[in-house]
Amino acid sequence: MSGKGGTGKTTVAAALALALASDGRRTLLVEVEGRQGIAQLFDTAPLPYEERRIAIAPGGGEVRALAVDAEAALLEYFELFYRLGMAGRTLRRMGAVEFATTLAPGLRDVLLTGKVKECVNRRDAGGRPVYDAVVLDAPPTGRVVSFLDVTKAMADLARTGPIHSQAAGVVQVLHSPLTAVHLVTLLEDLPVTETLETVDELTAAGFPVGTVIVNRVRQQWLPDRSVAAAAGGRVDSGRIRSGLASAGLDLPAGVIDGLVAETVEHAVRVHGEAAALARLEEAAALPRLELPQLVEGVDLGSLYELAEALVEQGVGEPAVSEVGS
Amino acid sequence: MSPRPAPALDVDTLLDDPDTRIVVCCGAGGVGKTTTSAALAIRAAERGRRTVVLTIDPARRLAQALGLDALGNEPGRVAAARGDLHAMMLDMRRTFDEMVHTHAEPERAEAIIANPFYQTISSSFSGTQEYMAMEKLGQLAATGEWDLIVVDTPPSRSALDFLDAPQRMSTFLDGRMIRLLSAPARAGGRGLRKLVGAGFSLFAKGVSTILGGQMLADASAFVQAFDTMFGGFRERATATYALLRSPGTAFLVVAAPEPDALREAAYFVDRLASDEMPLAGLVLNRTHPVLADLSATQARAAAEGLRSAPLAAAVLRLHADRVDLADREQRLLSRFTGAHPGVAVARVPAIAGDIADLDGLREVGERLAASTDSAAQPLRSAR
Repeated sequence: MSGKGGTGKTTVAAALALALASDGRRTLLVEVEGRQGIAQLFDTAPLPYEERRIAIAPGGGEVRALAVDAEAALLEYFELFYRLGMAGRTLRRMGAVEFATTLAPGLRDVLLTGKVKECVNRRDAGGRPVYDAVVLDAPPTGRVVSFLDVTKAMADLARTGPIHSQAAGVVQVLHSPLTAVHLVTLLEDLPVTETLETVDELTAAGFPVGTVIVNRVRQQWLPDRSVAAAAGGRVDSGRIRSGLASAGLDLPAGVIDGLVAETVEHAVRVHGEAAALARLEEAAALPRLELPQLVEGVDLGSLYELAEALVEQGVGEPAVSEVGS
Repeated sequence: MSPRPAPALDVDTLLDDPDTRIVVCCGAGGVGKTTTSAALAIRAAERGRRTVVLTIDPARRLAQALGLDALGNEPGRVAAARGDLHAMMLDMRRTFDEMVHTHAEPERAEAIIANPFYQTISSSFSGTQEYMAMEKLGQLAATGEWDLIVVDTPPSRSALDFLDAPQRMSTFLDGRMIRLLSAPARAGGRGLRKLVGAGFSLFAKGVSTILGGQMLADASAFVQAFDTMFGGFRERATATYALLRSPGTAFLVVAAPEPDALREAAYFVDRLASDEMPLAGLVLNRTHPVLADLSATQARAAAEGLRSAPLAAAVLRLHADRVDLADREQRLLSRFTGAHPGVAVARVPAIAGDIADLDGLREVGERLAASTDSAAQPLRSAR
């Protein structure tokens, strides 16, 4: 899940993890930027580098969460291949581990995506995947393609060794039908522009683009035929006044003026949203999902509401979600 | 009882004060920092101050409005502004190259710039943009040409990155670590090695296996070449940091009325306080003040009975939504001001539609300045 900063991609990623976990399934929600956005959203203590259950989905499913940390992932490797023992912690405190991951930005990305790949491929004793779906709250649109493009990152790394083979596995998973990159947008000019640019970049780099999720869709109240005129500032205040009077509301002129001003702003917004939607439809024939604006803001309860909205639009039913909204 | 409203941020007084020499706009990504910076710069210039705005990554149309599509890494005059306004867009690679040339003799500078590792550092190291923004700010201030410098900050993961990145980069470039990693036996790290035992050698060996010998060799050559100029680098960074703490600087923390953005803003405000950096206030962008005094409940109830007047019913419903939204924004802001009661706030009502030209930016400036009155008239609680 990616999207321009401020579009709510973490929230949408969490809602998707919940939706995909419904009816007894199990999903993993992963973050990679050290922001502890998941913990804040679910109102829990900061997540350690460890998968743990953070929510029960409708119908008994389970969402687990993991905050991947590149330094911890690197130490995990050293533990595995070099038996570093207790020195790991000291090295970390010295800054040596951060230094090594900073030295090659590609290494950092390989470590992060490598952990995700490991979770995707992990199987239980019966050979079934441990997770029905893994939802990655990826970096924002500006950085997501270089983050996922492990092939390029591998140029930074030695051509042999455990991390190299890990990276090769990441490339395989990310470019396979197992993966879909979803983009969250708002119906505003800049987020739509970035979404379209990112769709092109992802396609060029060979990543399967999934769904465009239009977030915070707001209610439109004006009759369609009034929108264009109102957006141009033409609102019939006389008609509003008489309409209100017929409902028993006799409002002073100042209040009517305020209502007219609010109506014009509402119409300009609706007009702009329609134009943004048209640009999305015109440029990218991608499946689309919509999530409503939550006036009260997002809390744990409303995450379930958003998940429900996704399920209603077919998320979690493979045959339907392939076709999209 | 509702909490005491925050003091209003008086933007014009701040911009007009000849002692205000630098305004830094910081905040989380997507809150309108670049727009705010540009709007403040135009307003300052049109109120008579010789102003330059340093933008980092402006959206295309904003860049065009400022004439930046034709300009590079040096300030260029914004001809359409009614005043002395210059604008520039940070080119971090070029700024870095220029710094190398300033601090090293030509031959060594060429060697550094040709090093593959330099290419990585100067284009994709996560702190480079912040470091170079600081460097550019230092350069602009050093010319003494400007009454006021307005600085936009890079679209970081976190607003704090702007303050932390230069330090991170200094630590990275100071060479101790790379010497340890590329030649742990010789690096004079014996005490250290004793400390971590064989662990460090193993780690160094592992890192070199993962990254490849060539990369470590490049990195090592780079750091060695860089060593002589490192002192100069660090001095500059320290000087710019001191500049940021001086009374001529004003930090504006920019946020949108969303929990994440306000949480970032709160972190940043705390951080500025602990670093003793001068905070001017919070700019809360894109608010939706209620323009008509009518409660949401009353509006919705009246709309129910208005089948015959669809326009009036729609107007009532959209008003009721707006009241709810304004209430929510007020609650979010109150949470912030409750924890940070001394911070002055400017609320900037959202402009419907896109800001694509200087007039749009002037309008943002108007709204920034007009919010002086909003303490006297707090958002109506139209319940």
